[in-house]
Amino acid sequence: MADVRLLGLTKSFGDIKALDTVTMTIANGAFVVLLGPTGAGKTTTLRLISGLEQPDSGDVEIDGRSVLNDTPAQRNVAMVFQQYSLYPHLSVRDNLAFPLRSPLLKTPEPDIARKVAEVADVLRITDKLDNKSTALSGGEMQRVSIGRALVRDPSIYLMDEPLSSLDAKLRADLRIELKRIQSSLGATLLYVTHDQIEAMTMATHVGVLDQGRLAQFGSPREIYEDPVNLYVAGRLGQPRINALPADLFAGAPSGAKTIGLRPEHIAQGEGKASQVTRVEHLGDQTRLHLRLDGHDIVTLTDVHTDLEPGDTVAIQPRNPLFFDASGTRIA
Amino acid sequence: MSSFSITEPSRTQKWVAGALVVGYALITLLPLIWILTTGFKSPVDAISYPPKVFFEPSLEGYVNLFTTRTRVSPEQLQALPPPASWYEEIVRNRDMVIAGPSRYGERFLNSVIIGFGSTFLSVFLGTLAAYAFSRFKVPLKDDLLFFILSTRMMPPIAVAIPIFLMFRSLGLSDTHLGMILLYTAVNISLSVWLLKGFIDEIPREYEEAALIDGYTRFQAFYKVVLPQAATGIASTAIFCLIFSWNEYAFAVLLTSGTAQTAPPFIPTIIGVGGQDWPAVAAGATLFLVPVLVFTILLRKHLLRGITFGAVRK
Repeated sequence: MADVRLLGLTKSFGDIKALDTVTMTIANGAFVVLLGPTGAGKTTTLRLISGLEQPDSGDVEIDGRSVLNDTPAQRNVAMVFQQYSLYPHLSVRDNLAFPLRSPLLKTPEPDIARKVAEVADVLRITDKLDNKSTALSGGEMQRVSIGRALVRDPSIYLMDEPLSSLDAKLRADLRIELKRIQSSLGATLLYVTHDQIEAMTMATHVGVLDQGRLAQFGSPREIYEDPVNLYVAGRLGQPRINALPADLFAGAPSGAKTIGLRPEHIAQGEGKASQVTRVEHLGDQTRLHLRLDGHDIVTLTDVHTDLEPGDTVAIQPRNPLFFDASGTRIA
Repeated sequence: MSSFSITEPSRTQKWVAGALVVGYALITLLPLIWILTTGFKSPVDAISYPPKVFFEPSLEGYVNLFTTRTRVSPEQLQALPPPASWYEEIVRNRDMVIAGPSRYGERFLNSVIIGFGSTFLSVFLGTLAAYAFSRFKVPLKDDLLFFILSTRMMPPIAVAIPIFLMFRSLGLSDTHLGMILLYTAVNISLSVWLLKGFIDEIPREYEEAALIDGYTRFQAFYKVVLPQAATGIASTAIFCLIFSWNEYAFAVLLTSGTAQTAPPFIPTIIGVGGQDWPAVAAGATLFLVPVLVFTILLRKHLLRGITFGAVRK
């Protein structure tokens, strides 16, 4: 394991700038999650670190040394692809053993057998080891593809939405398992996801990408509680942050264009009267859809609320976030 | 179960479809059966009219195919010691003795060397070229691919005279190497285009995964792409072999002795002492065998589906 540093990394595909001067340090043992919508440059970042793509400018350092001239094999990184990419002509066992048999590692067969068995046990695919890799369900394929990375001891694990096609229960189990493996190995991980829970629970650091630029980099709590702009604020939070005109409520600082209200920023009981338009009972939480002066607001309320559409609720902000006209946070 | 189904054909439909397939198969197989049976007929039965469907099988055609014979007078025949083998007996019944082996074996071997040699070379070069065209930024890629295909746009025989002159001045006339190079040149366009299609269908992610798993690009090609392209390679090899195995025009023109293949040789069997159709048919029958065996051996690779489904689309 090692420090991985990205220095001013820039990459364009034709006219599209996929990554724009991204600088970030993935410290040894860190679990860094990259957040951003499709096309923000998350996958491109992984591909530049792995060496599958070359940057237009900037540098990638692993363990203090530039690896730009190294082949993917020489960089000694492990990657979990979003599309699984299991070798279809090999069994599950041979898929897991494939990296260990490479000229890079040349692992002795008894060691291979032991490692494959270990990883298969963790990922609960032991009974599938002799299957053809094509004779698996989507979730099993994804676990094999994670396993193919875990058998190795690389300088960094790169994972591109590795849990995206698992069912909810397995995803929750594997999330905990991955975190456990990461902390027990002290592994360095760069992890791409759309899933807020994954980002919040697993990450030591979160990087938010916006059209190829690194908008903010910090701990999950920093990103959630102290976003630098409206875009970052919108990345985390379920239900999403409500962005409303700043003058809707009194007390906005000068220059504020938008007020950002997370559900916990909305106090019910006093303030301006709003109409309930919808009540969603999700079981563990109840979402309240409100309408205030022509603006829609979503917040949370008591799970066993008696509110119904048409009712009136008074609301007022509590420690909200303020943003200026460009979306930059000012308070 | 009498429920109506739009996907499952009815009993009548199955019967009609089955009858059509069997009928068509019989029609297309008829010439093959004709050749096969003629090879086992006596020369008289072979040309009898109406054709004999039931006949007394004889190996005379095959004996004649592999031997050269000379006619002897009945007195000379009497003076000879009794025939030492079954084939000598067949020949003596026609007032002849075996003078020596025919050239069929050599010609057949030439066909094997040239046919399989050019097939190997076409598929080998074709796979490398197709991989490069499929994966790398090749300058003028589309033009090059078109140029490769354009060699197929005229009948090969149209360039026979230039090739004949070229081969003569290069010393390639009537050599195995010359024929292998020529058939490879004709087959390579088919091979590149067919294989490019197959390799295009193999997602790049596999190679990328292999690169990251610690392999070089060539190792990734060898360990990951080639096994998945097996289907394409097998079918391309079959097409290449069928062409170079059956090729007649160039073989007649460019080979005469050392490198002559079987196709131009078989008709020459007709020559001596009447038209020996059973021997010609025997030559053609044996000539079918290698392609048939090759195709059957590679048949299991032709089954598609093994490479699909491990990448999420």
